[in-house]
Amino acid sequence: MEKKSMKGWLYLLPAILFLGVFMVYPLVDVCIYSIEEGYNSASQTFYGYGKYNFSYVLRDPYFLQAIKNTFLLVIITVPLSTIMALLISLALSSIKKFKELFQTIYFLPYVTNTLAVGLVFMILFKKTPYSDGMINALIHLFGGSSIDFIEGPYWAKMLVMCIYTIWVVLPFKILILTSALASVNPVYYKAAKVDGTSSFRIFRKITLPMISPMIFYLVITGFIGAFKAYSDEVAIFGTDLNASGMNTIVGYIYDMLYGDSGGYPSYASAAALILFVIVLTITCINLLISNRNVHYS
Amino acid sequence: MKIRLEKLTKKYPSRDRKSREEVTAVSNFDYEVPDGKLIGLLGPSGCGKSTALNMICGLEKPTTGRIWFDDDDVTDLPPEKRGVGMVFQSYALYPHLTVRQNIMFPLENFKGKDKLSKEEMMAKADEAARLVQIDQLMDRKPGEMSGGQQQRVAIARALVKRPRVLLLDEPLSNLDARLRLQTREEIRRIQRETGITTIFVTHDQEEAMSISDYIVVMNVGEINQIGKPQEVYDSPVNLFVAKFLGTPPINVFDGEIKNNALFVGNDRILENTGLGDQKVTVGIRPEGFLPDPEGSLVCELSSIEVMGRDTSVVASHPACQASSLRAIIGSDSREGLKTGEVRFKIKPDKVHIFDSEQVRIS
Ligand SMILES: Nc1ncnc2c1ncn2[C@@H]1O[C@H](COP(=O)(O)OP(=O)(O)O)[C@@H](O)[C@H]1O
Ligand SMILES: [Mg+2]
Repeated sequence: MEKKSMKGWLYLLPAILFLGVFMVYPLVDVCIYSIEEGYNSASQTFYGYGKYNFSYVLRDPYFLQAIKNTFLLVIITVPLSTIMALLISLALSSIKKFKELFQTIYFLPYVTNTLAVGLVFMILFKKTPYSDGMINALIHLFGGSSIDFIEGPYWAKMLVMCIYTIWVVLPFKILILTSALASVNPVYYKAAKVDGTSSFRIFRKITLPMISPMIFYLVITGFIGAFKAYSDEVAIFGTDLNASGMNTIVGYIYDMLYGDSGGYPSYASAAALILFVIVLTITCINLLISNRNVHYS
Repeated sequence: MKIRLEKLTKKYPSRDRKSREEVTAVSNFDYEVPDGKLIGLLGPSGCGKSTALNMICGLEKPTTGRIWFDDDDVTDLPPEKRGVGMVFQSYALYPHLTVRQNIMFPLENFKGKDKLSKEEMMAKADEAARLVQIDQLMDRKPGEMSGGQQQRVAIARALVKRPRVLLLDEPLSNLDARLRLQTREEIRRIQRETGITTIFVTHDQEEAMSISDYIVVMNVGEINQIGKPQEVYDSPVNLFVAKFLGTPPINVFDGEIKNNALFVGNDRILENTGLGDQKVTVGIRPEGFLPDPEGSLVCELSSIEVMGRDTSVVASHPACQASSLRAIIGSDSREGLKTGEVRFKIKPDKVHIFDSEQVRIS
């Protein structure tokens, strides 16, 4: 028995070492950094322990802006992208001709390089000396006046950000949902049809509950992914996100570490822990809601 | 209500994309289902039973032909306008709903003046549940019930809106042998109690024979024979029907009519057939053999199996199409039987003679 469990531990050792070095140690380190007050990265000294880092971060207008941006992004893009993916998947699974073709088209953004996607958005939205971007061209066509989507008003920038995020996450969600829809046994639809069930009721009472585990999975991972948004913002607004007012929580953490005003691992750690608590809370709420509405077979 | 099926034909485009040929699943299905009876639609797998049922139900549209419910032409009506209840082989109970919600599901679809109050729906669901004796389990989910119980829920759900026709597509195939026996009696009882015209699809001939008022035997999309189970068993129209009905199956021999007598191999087993000289196929039911030292059919007995009341004798005969034949004899004639040569007298009414087209001629 002793020997057996020794062997087990031995097999686990590589994984434990790896996880220890790259997950557990940084995690503990972040916790420690976050309570070290007045840490100086050059001399690696600090005054003492306390909650000052947290109160600093929570009063920092850049952080508050980042929180606001992140929450807006989450609240708008997660539901919207999930609903859109669901509608597109429903449409995809109801057509017969060219089904594979459309599936491929919808999945293309997923395998496309982020920078290429960024370029497309430039062409669509960015003002250059030569053009105002295609969207502005459209607005002109309908008699509106140009909007600067990249350096203009906050709502315009947020709009671009949301569209970009939705566009990036959509393909994966469509992929998951089309396969979820395809896995529903058609005999349920037959039975419902014999009873004269309307298509809306079939969707609400049969399809939706049956694919609810997959929707739930997408919502959870969608929330977590959106809370961690950062690189997409950089792709559109450049690296100085604080200046453009479009920073996110992860962006703030990065800036605190390596940005032009960086070198504050304690503030970064405090912000990271705050993000952790937020994500944890939201995920718990999701789990609670799902207990009632998600049906596992 | 009687159902008239008029030359129903269903062709599917081939599943194989390359071939353009159509698959004829059902062809020229012509039958008038009598009111209030239980009909067994019987045939081997893939012969078009489900397709025929789906056309009656309205899930499939016939390629040609018409369907009449009494005097209404329902061919172009969707299922819900026909008033049919359907039970599927896999039950198709919604797994996320309770038994009560499952049974109430069809009622909740009623619109306009047919709309029912919550209380009325509850009452109807309770009534249907009592009929199939699952009223104790109303708050369970299908996953928490046995196959037999799920089957009853499916029947209750099909009956709750009081359909004019009840259609069951292989409803017992997913049950184990004992439950199958029990549940088929149950279906018979429910049908009698409600008096609802019922069509019961199965590939199990014993099942169909035991509960049906009439059986319809199908083969490759066509009706071969319709009749009371015993009639069809006693006078099958062709070799297929003769082989398909009965356990153990009928024993088939190559035979010949010579001088008005029937020969199987060299054995002259029947006189006065009234048939002209020809090659024939001969079917003898297992219960048509009587061990008799004077008997005309000479076989090689290989084993004797005692199965409770009856005894099954396995033997061989040179003209038998299978490698062995099986006879069922009463326990009183078992005495003295042993392996080696054995002679049987043949009961004439258990012998069927088929011509070269496999149509029965006697
Ligand atoms: N949707 C379909 N498309 C093409 N062929 C089908 C389709 N449904 C059934 N068939 C064919 O029609 C024949 C009859 O099928 P079915 O009615 O399901 O038989 P059964 O219920 O007696 O087993 C089979 O050969 C089957 O392959
Ligand atoms: Mg079938």
